Amino acid sequence: MKLTLKIWRQKSSNEKGAFVSYPMDNVDPEMSMLECLDVLNETLILSGEIPVAFEHDCREGICGSCGFVINGVAHGPERGTTACQLTMRHFKDGDEVTIEPWRAEAFPLIKDLVVNRRALDHIIEAGGYISVSTGQAPGGNDILVGKESAEESMDAAACIGCGACVAACPNASAALFTGAKITHLGTLPQGEPERERRALSMVAQMNAEAFGNCTSIGECTGACPKEIPLDVIANMNRDYICASFKRREELPTPVAPAVQRA
Amino acid sequence: MTLDARIPSGPIQEAWDKACFDMKLVNPSNKRKHNIIVVGSGLAGGSAAASLGELGYNVKCFCFQDTPRRAHSIAAQGGINAAKNYANDSDSIFRLFYDTIKGGDFRAREGNVYRLAQNSNKIIDQCIAQGVPFAREYSGSLSNRTFGGAQVSRTFYARGQTGQQLLLGAYQALERQIHAGSVTMIPRTEMQDLIVVDGQARGIVARNLLTGEFSVHIADAVILASGGYANVYYLTTNAKGSNATAIWRAYKRGALFANPCFTQIHPTCIPVSGEYQSKLTLMSESLRNDGRIWVPKKKGDKRPPNEIPEDERDYYLERRYPSFGNLVPRDVASRNAKALCDEGYGVGKSGLGVYLDFSESIARLGEKTIRERYGNLFDMYQRITDENPYKVPMRIYPAIHYVMGGLWVDYQLQSTIPGLFVLGEANFSDHGANRLGASALMQGLSDGYFIIPNTVGNYLATNKFPKVDESNPAVQEALTSVKTKIEKLLSIKGKRTVDSFHRELGKILWDYCGMARTAQGLELAIGKIRALREEYWRNVTVAGSSNDLNESLEKASRVADYFELAELLCIDARDRNESCGGHFREEYQTADGEAQRDDEHYSYVAAWGYKGPDAAPELTKEPLEFHYVHPSQRSYK
Repeated sequence: MKLTLKIWRQKSSNEKGAFVSYPMDNVDPEMSMLECLDVLNETLILSGEIPVAFEHDCREGICGSCGFVINGVAHGPERGTTACQLTMRHFKDGDEVTIEPWRAEAFPLIKDLVVNRRALDHIIEAGGYISVSTGQAPGGNDILVGKESAEESMDAAACIGCGACVAACPNASAALFTGAKITHLGTLPQGEPERERRALSMVAQMNAEAFGNCTSIGECTGACPKEIPLDVIANMNRDYICASFKRREELPTPVAPAVQRA
Repeated sequence: MTLDARIPSGPIQEAWDKACFDMKLVNPSNKRKHNIIVVGSGLAGGSAAASLGELGYNVKCFCFQDTPRRAHSIAAQGGINAAKNYANDSDSIFRLFYDTIKGGDFRAREGNVYRLAQNSNKIIDQCIAQGVPFAREYSGSLSNRTFGGAQVSRTFYARGQTGQQLLLGAYQALERQIHAGSVTMIPRTEMQDLIVVDGQARGIVARNLLTGEFSVHIADAVILASGGYANVYYLTTNAKGSNATAIWRAYKRGALFANPCFTQIHPTCIPVSGEYQSKLTLMSESLRNDGRIWVPKKKGDKRPPNEIPEDERDYYLERRYPSFGNLVPRDVASRNAKALCDEGYGVGKSGLGVYLDFSESIARLGEKTIRERYGNLFDMYQRITDENPYKVPMRIYPAIHYVMGGLWVDYQLQSTIPGLFVLGEANFSDHGANRLGASALMQGLSDGYFIIPNTVGNYLATNKFPKVDESNPAVQEALTSVKTKIEKLLSIKGKRTVDSFHRELGKILWDYCGMARTAQGLELAIGKIRALREEYWRNVTVAGSSNDLNESLEKASRVADYFELAELLCIDARDRNESCGGHFREEYQTADGEAQRDDEHYSYVAAWGYKGPDAAPELTKEPLEFHYVHPSQRSYK
């Protein structure tokens, strides 16, 4: 089938970007969105042009590298699907497909469709872990975890850190990402001792980065390729409120944010 | 050259304890004075960097992705083995050791494998403590499942995302150390060369992938955990960025490369659909627990699978291997699928596929149970193929998935260059000629969490580290050589893209050095690879420049290494005149088509040394000794 890819091209964050249209003649419906870009890039290289920069790695929807906004929707029209697993059969012959990068102040653009998502690492660095060093672990079955807790934890732990939630949110909030990690660890007995401290420090870091605030719109969960439920944000708020009351004296200091707020 | 694996003498059960006791220790307050470089942030690299940071060393960790959480370990689906015997089915450390040695077709070192089995239990404990949400029973205790190559239920799993959850555990431990200041994370940076000063590995030259800048990093020890080289085949289940550059450059600096021809072909991948295909998608081996593999009994039967009556289906694995059935090891399952497709029994448009059918399990257990066990895999299959596997059998075909070969290491995981340690898939050590399912995660974490923190300390405590700075001739030489290479690639400005070369190289390897190999075919392949390499350096075109994000250039540099590696792979395959595990030489098979080993002549590790750009590599053999498991013809019948 024939398609036109309308792609955001921008050499670097210092230069202005613009959409450029690329007509494609031979799009196979079985191709993935990224394979379609591969084919385009091969043509661009042979004609001496600069190929479109986009991030990708596993192409199985699990590494979280890929992602851009397709026709106004983060990762495109298919629910629960990353751009790498979106096949072209979801488009019709003659369609124009608009492709642009995640747009959020906290994710500065690097080139074309590539943005810097270090701010997400900072949130984990601030406390998204259980502080257990190698060798300190008790026996596997010494800690019993109810099946329901394990399942709820796993639902949240499925987050791939792609940043679609931030891109989809009109406020560019990272609440779904942060809430997912707080829920993953806070739902397990192993995560209980640090639960309050974790919520305090992760939320403090999230606030220090250039993300917006959550106003419970819910676009994030709709765009999330792993369909992380909105409940995780409620869990985060509950843990945070509880902790900020009980631990008023020990509010953490965040590390320097990846991007200074404008 | 002789290779000393440094396996402690005495009973195998006590070897690792003895080795640890014999190790020299670094005083806790001196640890922060030692700089250690870790290349790679997957299960092996991430766990190593975090654990070394916890001990107090000064660690720099490098990855080419934008964050350490993207490493390809994340894509492992099925599970991780451990000898906990929670299933009360006669499992033990010794049985896991035995299964791994046998599964590897008696081409792995007993000492290393026994230690791996011992560490398996500690790994599960560690990961749970970190908050890995393993599957649970209603009682709250851990759930297990069976996996290919074993008759016991010893695999721990987190849905079909076990690798993801284990990697996030290691990543979180790593982020904790980054916060503590003991680990400096350097993402979007690729190792380009190893710095060897007076015979010791003392650092690396790296390239910043955003700016193209080269930087020199000096350390007292260098740890490579950069993964496997399967992508030399182009179409594989590996992530697109996975590459061999770090280990290949180390090989060219003097580290021996062991068993390069031991590559693993995974039996259950989604078949190729077209020329544009960029990679293959794995369907976890765990599916073979409940799926039955079959082809039509009639050649070229084009009826839809549901219209083929039961008695016209050939459940060939159950027929040929009644005791293991659909759970035979990967090499056996792959070879059988290929043989049947070659004979014309294959299904799907291309004829390169077999059915993996869940109808019987769904009838027996209900769709809900199957959805619980494999829901995400079924969804993925449907997303890619537009077919519903709850209604229609999956079509699967083997694909390159993993490499058992890698840099040679001793029991301490040190390569032939002192101070250069190699972990995880990047080394060759534990899987022999075929890896069992759910063992890669186990090995990566065993190396990173429990072995290297001990052995690197021993190295640091027993060696001296004279000051090295950037002006050192070895550093300057390495820096110049990598700069020259990048400039050269950009200056060729030929007529073919990097991908077109890589695709062609992969096709040569798949055809002549894939699931079945012959001496004649390998000879032919070596000639073709050389010719293509020659054309590459004359006719490749690389877009853009060297001073910004340029994936075309990154790929060009990796593919240049693949050409050299591909040749070594074929040389090793040609040299090994036997069939074992994933290395199947058609000339050497039993009457019923199984791999025929030659223990008298080939019971050794083939370690190859670099001798110069146009010289033949030099083979050094490390003989394998078996004191605990007697090598026998593997039988899964």
